[in-house]
Amino acid sequence: MSRSTPLSNRIENWLPRLVLAPSLLVVLVAVYLFICWTGWISLSSSMIVPKYDFVGLNQYVRLWSTPRWHTAVFNLFVFSTLFLALTTGLGLLMAILLDQKIRVEGTLRAIFLYPMALSFIVTGTAWKWILNPALGVQKVVNDLGWTSFVFDWIAQPTFAIYCVVIAAVWQSTGFAMAIFLAGLRGIDNSVIKAAQIEGASLPRIYRTIVVPMLRPAFLSVIVLLSYIAIKSFDLILALTNTGPGSATEMPSTFMYSATFRRDQMGVGAASAMMMLMTVAAIIVPYLYSELKESRDGH
Amino acid sequence: MSTLEIDRARKLYGDLEVLKEVSISIGTGDFLVLLGPSGCGKSTLLNMIAGLEEISGGEIRIAGKVVNDLSPKDRDIAMVFQSYALYPTMTVRQNIEFGMKIRGVSRAERDKAVKTAADLLQMTHLLDRKPSQLSGGQRQRVAMGRAIVRQPKLFLFDEPLSNLDAKLRVDMRTEIKRLHARLGTTIVYVTHDQIEAMTLATRVAVMKDGVVQHLDDPQSVYDRPANVYVAKFVGSPSMNIIPAKLEVKDGNAIAIIDIPGAATAQLAGIPVSSQAAAKYAGRGILVGIRPELFSVTGAASAQKLSVNIDVVEPTGPDTLALFQAGGVEVTARVPPRAVAARTPATLAVDTAKIVLFDAETEQRID
Amino acid sequence: MATNAASFRRQHRIGRAVIYGSLFFMAAFYLMPLWVMITTSVKHLDEIYAGSFIGLPQQITFDAWRTAWSEACNGTACRGLKPYFINSLLLTIPAVIMSTGIGAINGYVITKWRFPGSNVIFGLLLFGCFLPFQAVILPMAQTLGMLGLAGSLPGLVLVHTVYGIAFTTLFFRNYFVSIPDELVRAAKIDGAGFIRIFVSIMLPAALPIIVVSCIWQFTQIWNDYLFGASFTAGENAPITVALNNIVNVSMGRKEYNVDMAAAMIAALPTLFVYVVAGRYFVRGLTAGAVKG
Repeated sequence: MSRSTPLSNRIENWLPRLVLAPSLLVVLVAVYLFICWTGWISLSSSMIVPKYDFVGLNQYVRLWSTPRWHTAVFNLFVFSTLFLALTTGLGLLMAILLDQKIRVEGTLRAIFLYPMALSFIVTGTAWKWILNPALGVQKVVNDLGWTSFVFDWIAQPTFAIYCVVIAAVWQSTGFAMAIFLAGLRGIDNSVIKAAQIEGASLPRIYRTIVVPMLRPAFLSVIVLLSYIAIKSFDLILALTNTGPGSATEMPSTFMYSATFRRDQMGVGAASAMMMLMTVAAIIVPYLYSELKESRDGH
Repeated sequence: MSTLEIDRARKLYGDLEVLKEVSISIGTGDFLVLLGPSGCGKSTLLNMIAGLEEISGGEIRIAGKVVNDLSPKDRDIAMVFQSYALYPTMTVRQNIEFGMKIRGVSRAERDKAVKTAADLLQMTHLLDRKPSQLSGGQRQRVAMGRAIVRQPKLFLFDEPLSNLDAKLRVDMRTEIKRLHARLGTTIVYVTHDQIEAMTLATRVAVMKDGVVQHLDDPQSVYDRPANVYVAKFVGSPSMNIIPAKLEVKDGNAIAIIDIPGAATAQLAGIPVSSQAAAKYAGRGILVGIRPELFSVTGAASAQKLSVNIDVVEPTGPDTLALFQAGGVEVTARVPPRAVAARTPATLAVDTAKIVLFDAETEQRID
Repeated sequence: MATNAASFRRQHRIGRAVIYGSLFFMAAFYLMPLWVMITTSVKHLDEIYAGSFIGLPQQITFDAWRTAWSEACNGTACRGLKPYFINSLLLTIPAVIMSTGIGAINGYVITKWRFPGSNVIFGLLLFGCFLPFQAVILPMAQTLGMLGLAGSLPGLVLVHTVYGIAFTTLFFRNYFVSIPDELVRAAKIDGAGFIRIFVSIMLPAALPIIVVSCIWQFTQIWNDYLFGASFTAGENAPITVALNNIVNVSMGRKEYNVDMAAAMIAALPTLFVYVVAGRYFVRGLTAGAVKG
């Protein structure tokens, strides 16, 4: 037996899909199609303008034989390792300290977090000034009487990358703190009380009970910070402008200068694809597990 | 004419059949309770009546009109939800008026309807508050008010009392019953609480795994449950289901129950047809005895149970006595202080109200 | 017993002192750059070169702010940050409104009108939150060229809107998920349709997340540098690009006070939002970490 559905009902049924369609289309084009497009350029011989021929993996071979790219990859490794370790550690410490019923918690939290509201360009500009050996921190310490104190990392090719680490840690610790603090607040207080009654000291309670319970927060912090690390671009431009020389080159800055300054669009696209693959390798499993968990939770 | 006819209604999610050809029909003024544990399909059925879920097969008719393809607003129904589902940003008045506004009811009529509903539910003083400023019971009242102003052919209630605390639940239960009596409305009410079903319903449909196990008035469901599942689900403490053997003596059915450390009990006078008695003679069956069918008696005889009481649980008005019989734990409801734990007792049974079940199919034997 | 209690109390007091001490030390470290920025920006250049870095200014002057706002050179022109500040406002406001609006309706559909495949669509959108934009810059530049939007503010508005949808959708999806479906069912029975339910019920209830989304988008778009540097040129540049150019101009004696004033001007709008609505800012920040 067939019944005719009223027209208005049928429109109502399709309206949700209709409304979502433009967004889907835009994302399919601007994210997925564009990724493929970049991938295509990375397989072509493009220099100043895109050329749609096919030269296989030539651009990748060129990329990996460029010393500057090696510097960039090495720097990314050094930078991410230190940035992740310091930001996570400091953020966790801040969160635990703030969780001890601190009277001015709100104000302190605001102080630790405000750098996140700033542009990396602003952060870079400020830290460039602070780290300036002639007029900044080094001079302050020298003037205090320690005349042999030297803190000129920003001018030293070997150490400049650590300046980037300092500024990036300063900017992002509040973010890690916020996530850890949310995690700590989500832990059932009775667990801590039970451990206290058993006579465990506070540091021990945190080490053996609380921190392991923060596993999901750790996962989020590490994944999101890795993403920040890989795409960090503006901070380096503002703080060191990839210098001295190309000592603080990173994949993101390499991609930009290869594409827009050195007319090596194919190499630039290849480096962009390398960045994308790195991010995807971290983010896709993370998103998958987050989505899967929330579905299981229902 | 029936107000609601559910005719072989089915619901499929992919290959999963959550409702299997359910047929229920109720008349005007009936109060149908769909009773069952979570996942039995009762809420799905209610949502199908409401038009919130599609009907995969069969038909649902409201006042004789097939509603399968009608949207909720065209089905002439109103619904009260478990979480009350009050629009959080609207005042109580706006909540109640929302549907009427959409239907283009004039302002004067809206005001009148709101006033009537508010008077009826004694919530005139709440009209300008937001839902967040109300207690659970008040929210429940508003949800009912929103349903009442529709003056629908059919009211649907989806576990409306399960978010309330125990005391309030009893009060609101009475209020719903009073409302039903006063307005003479037809109601379909979903719950997992068998006491709600017993107190409110004129008809109860006990459901399990998408199948209606028993559809009848509440007292019949209680007294003569269709199967072991219904017997155990309705009533608290639930009906004792005791494995026994059926014998026929002089055309009379006798249930023989083993009692550890005592003589076997032989219960006669069980209401069962002679054909059934003959069919089951000499076979194992299940004997269903409600706890209140037991009574304490002095003299021992074969018609009675001589048992050893394990535990007594006083409830105030009476005491639950637990003992072993037929290999299972049996509960008897006896007067306070009538028996003591870890002592023998002799219990008589009102055998005329015993129900027998097939040991395999667990269906009632008539 | 008494000595036990006394030592316990003393230990407790020392512990508290250590906790407060470390927190205040860290707070000082986190405030230091802001302090240096502000004080430097109101000092005379001579004082700065004389070696006053961390101290209070001897004499407060807003000359550097005036220069940064209306006179500083960025390599091509000497018009200060003002025109670029206006550019950033002109591009941020429409992009924030559009991306938030689209995110709101997307989140509504994904949570309340699920259909086969809607979860897959959400997953596809979600990856957009974590897209390294380098991977799409080249095609985007080509596309903007084809659309005739290359180097223009409307082009940049479009880019920010498109890549903002992922995050705004995530915000609204996570918020609407916590609103009971029964609300939508009740509204359907009341006769409300797709649009009516969205406008009358969901949007009014979504006020907090609208604020979160707007603040997040505002901060992201205002602070963006990569898109601004890639898709605009010269006069149409946003403030971050102009700031970086001003700071990197190397002509004559470096005017650090102007640099700091310029950095402060670029930071003020987002700092203002942070101070006024910090609670919502934090919610946006942690939204990427809460369960999807």
